[in-house]
Amino acid sequence: MPRHRSPRSAALGLTVRRIPTTTSSSRGAGSLRRRSAVGVLVLLSLVLITLSFRSGENGPVASVQSAGSTVLRPFAVGFERVAQPFRDGYGWIESLLDARSDAERLRVENRELRQRAIQSEFARQENDYLRRLLTYVDSVRFPGDFDPVAAEVIGRPAGAFTQAIVLAAGSGSGIRVNDPVVTADGLVGLVTRVTPNTARVQLLIDEEAAASAIDLRTSAPGIVRHARGTRETLVLDRVRKQDRVTVGDEIVTAGWRASGLSSLYPKGIPIGKVTSVGQTDTDLFQQVQVDPFVDFGSLDAVLVLVPTERRR
Amino acid sequence: MSAEAVLRATLVVFLAAMLQTVIVSSLVIGGGAPDVLLVVVVAVGLVRGSVPGAVFGFAGGLVVDLLTLDTMGITSLVLTLAGFWAGRYGETTGRDRRFAPVIAVGTVTLAAGLFGYVLHYMLGEEVAAHQALVTALMPAFALNLVLALPLCALVRRMVGEGERTESSREVEVLLG
Repeated sequence: MPRHRSPRSAALGLTVRRIPTTTSSSRGAGSLRRRSAVGVLVLLSLVLITLSFRSGENGPVASVQSAGSTVLRPFAVGFERVAQPFRDGYGWIESLLDARSDAERLRVENRELRQRAIQSEFARQENDYLRRLLTYVDSVRFPGDFDPVAAEVIGRPAGAFTQAIVLAAGSGSGIRVNDPVVTADGLVGLVTRVTPNTARVQLLIDEEAAASAIDLRTSAPGIVRHARGTRETLVLDRVRKQDRVTVGDEIVTAGWRASGLSSLYPKGIPIGKVTSVGQTDTDLFQQVQVDPFVDFGSLDAVLVLVPTERRR
Repeated sequence: MSAEAVLRATLVVFLAAMLQTVIVSSLVIGGGAPDVLLVVVVAVGLVRGSVPGAVFGFAGGLVVDLLTLDTMGITSLVLTLAGFWAGRYGETTGRDRRFAPVIAVGTVTLAAGLFGYVLHYMLGEEVAAHQALVTALMPAFALNLVLALPLCALVRRMVGEGERTESSREVEVLLG
């Protein structure tokens, strides 16, 4: 019986022949080439991660990244411009579904009233403070000490891991790390990285972001941070049980300064509205949930607050 | 791959990276956003093979990391492995299967989400597991599945089918 013939095929009178398509040596070489290629790429990625993580802001990877970002910036800006009409169209359709026309008008009105109310409240508190402590020197600094730098948003987080945006303005416009970022609605976040033409902003809804804040009505202090397990909800943490916070209260930045140190955020920037307050016997602090005024999902342009004294 | 195919694939991956970073990331639907770049890298792996899949995954990830000023190498690593796995799947089990793109995109989306979470966790970045693996990943998974077939067809049309790098043994039956 021939070598490639089974008893069954022999009985049926069939001839079975295996057709060699590739030799084992060429398959082996291909497999080796494949593994080598992916191995090199994985190794390169790990080297990049290590260098990027260990060398920080001034390392070689940061310089390469800065240069690469500068090169890619025109493309990103171009894409943003091209995409803007489509984004507007998407927003328009979305607004139809949400009956946004009425809401938008009320939102604008509400925003203006909120700003006025906050200003009035601070003016009243300042007045009271000055009356009571006539001889004391007022050392509180206001957002008037900042100059705004308007910047277009050209990049957004690529996943759920980081809540950040990239701006089309950088150190060339006077922006530095730790500059606060706002919109007309309220606080957006903090600049965490700067290149000559771009800046990365950590949003307030990032897991690692935090801002000292107070209840505008009662001045109850706390720290605003992202509420775990949610996308855009904040919590006012570290509010003592004896402090009074109620649903509907507005939360604004505290803007503290003590012993020569000061908060990164200026005083009185709106953050959000209290939506729920709770406390348990075992917890040391109250559980205060805050709905942010800023819609972090639709940021097209923001204002970076650059200290006036730095610009002089 | 011919020089023309490399050029076309480069253009497709670059455009996908820009599109993802500038536009698609902000289109949050049901709590998550689709990942066009991931789907395109999987498609390149399926139609051109594992090595091009890995190379273009690495390049696409690099563009994203540059644009978002994120930790360099993380997206590259995730997309390199995604492209390589999709390529191997296309060269072996998934070959000639009609729904191979859907299966590959679904599997890679889940694996990349999990791997990305582990990677960020290992680097000490605070990410809530429920947010990353359920709230954002599940809608992204569904949206990527919807994009799988049309984007794979588009990539196949733009980049062209690659030659088989690994053929299985064929058997010829001779009568008589």
